[in-house]
Amino acid sequence: MTSRNRSRMQSAALSLLIAGVLLAIWQFVTLPKPVKLPPGVSAEYAELMGQGKATKQGFPTPAQVTHTFVRELRNPFYDHGPNDKGIGLQLGYSLARVAGGFALAVIVALPLGFVIGMFQVLHRAFDPFIQILKPISPLAWMPIALYTLKDANVSAVFVIFICSVWPMLINTAFGVAGVRREWLNVAQTLEVKPMRKAFQVILPAAAPTILTGMRISMGIAWLVIVAAEMLVGGTGIGYYVWNEWNNLALPSMLFAISLIGLVGMLLDLSFARLQRAVTYAE
Amino acid sequence: MSPAFVRVEDLCKRYPDARGRLGDAVFEHVHFEVERGEFVAVLGHSGCGKTTILNILAGLEQASSGVVLMEGHEVSGPSLDRGVVFQGHALMPWRTVLGNVVFAVQSRWPRWTREQVREHSMRQLEMVGMAGAADKKPHQLSGGMKQRVGIARAFAIQPKMLLLDEPFGALDALTRGTIQDELLRIVQATRQTVFMITHDVDEAILLADRIVLMSNGPLAKIAEIVEITMPRERTRAGMHHDPQYYRIRNHLVDFLVNRSRGYAAGGELAVLHNPRQPPVSRPGLAVEEAHEEPGNGDVPRLRQVINL
Repeated sequence: MTSRNRSRMQSAALSLLIAGVLLAIWQFVTLPKPVKLPPGVSAEYAELMGQGKATKQGFPTPAQVTHTFVRELRNPFYDHGPNDKGIGLQLGYSLARVAGGFALAVIVALPLGFVIGMFQVLHRAFDPFIQILKPISPLAWMPIALYTLKDANVSAVFVIFICSVWPMLINTAFGVAGVRREWLNVAQTLEVKPMRKAFQVILPAAAPTILTGMRISMGIAWLVIVAAEMLVGGTGIGYYVWNEWNNLALPSMLFAISLIGLVGMLLDLSFARLQRAVTYAE
Repeated sequence: MSPAFVRVEDLCKRYPDARGRLGDAVFEHVHFEVERGEFVAVLGHSGCGKTTILNILAGLEQASSGVVLMEGHEVSGPSLDRGVVFQGHALMPWRTVLGNVVFAVQSRWPRWTREQVREHSMRQLEMVGMAGAADKKPHQLSGGMKQRVGIARAFAIQPKMLLLDEPFGALDALTRGTIQDELLRIVQATRQTVFMITHDVDEAILLADRIVLMSNGPLAKIAEIVEITMPRERTRAGMHHDPQYYRIRNHLVDFLVNRSRGYAAGGELAVLHNPRQPPVSRPGLAVEEAHEEPGNGDVPRLRQVINL
């Protein structure tokens, strides 16, 4: 076994240990507490007053949550009307909105970032707008979106668009502006046509930076979609969490939250892989 | 006489300073010609604008005044007629070695089939001994190998003139020697017209037919043009056996060490110097000429040797 493999095994073992400790702590804090009765109060009376042994602890135990996991994952795509859909369907709605908003952002940000990156004049002209619009919370756009677009679903997509567009735009412009002079000189001395130069020189040269922007955008989009769906309601993983909160179904909420984390991680991993594919060593 | 293949007339370059005003010229009154099939090297200290001259010839930079004519037409921008080997190889790191050459070949002959392009590109790589590394990425190559690919890429478009910007400056002496030999072989075989920037005296003597000596900048100008009178079939290994070699070398080193400073305004060498028609010298023949002048035939020459 190589030392690199060994250190990997050690990390994995440590991770498992941390998971075990966290589970144990969770289990411990959710144990039903032995009820200490005030002197002179009978157990039966306490129970009647809602303070006895049978009282449920508020926070679900690991066993309860596991039960929810198994139940929900056994049938993830059921559809029993507007307030009762399987988790797979809800995630699907959210992913579709993110994909829509993200795709729109790519369509706008890449070409715009390209020209902004290529022409200093445009960069300076656009910069104040980007600087002012970028720090606005995507959710602040929601009322305006609802008023103008008059459709909750489209508004959610718009919110994803507006939050994804900035990191992509800025990184594309930055990457394009930073393409090495010598590669452009090579293209110039070879009389390369503008479109070919854009796709075969500038794009591959700037691709790692552009992909970094996309990865950041995707991370933000996945953060924002949960909040956006809590607002617009109807479908999606954010709405699911909100709905389970209204039902006070804490195991289901915990289940949904874990899945949000898991899907977010998978999205990030896939962009990391894409990023590695376009990164070049010098 | 037919007009020169490349003719540089009264070239001058000024860069704006921080406030946007044009400062002193980096170089001015630069006149020279390059004949077809000729190898011209420019030798000078850093800061005399050598690279700028090359960039103007390439069409990548604009001169502040003056013109460059190639076959009678003004050079106004980059063109496939002039291939450039850049100082820092300038290979595209996301393409393979072959891919880099293919990119150039496709630019030159956009109508060629994939096979034609590939075949031609491979032939160029074979020429510089890099066919075995065709599928490698530039970062997997040593500096010398990268520069070989750069040379293959420049030759691949079959330019009318090749521009080399200190192509071996970043290489170690051993690698530099090998690639110089290869370049010499290729240039001799193809009769390629070459314009090269260098600050390596031996490199200039080995490769060039004529060496353009630049005085120090700012306000650099052509101080002198040295003709290399040694036979063209030189090799790095045999060159220093030629008695001309040391005379040329001493002449060039003497220029770089002592004289290159003297051409500034008010310098002692500037007085009689006309940068529009810089003196042409043949230091390789200098001694023979001196010996032959007084004598007529072999006897006086022998006597002279004895007198010494």
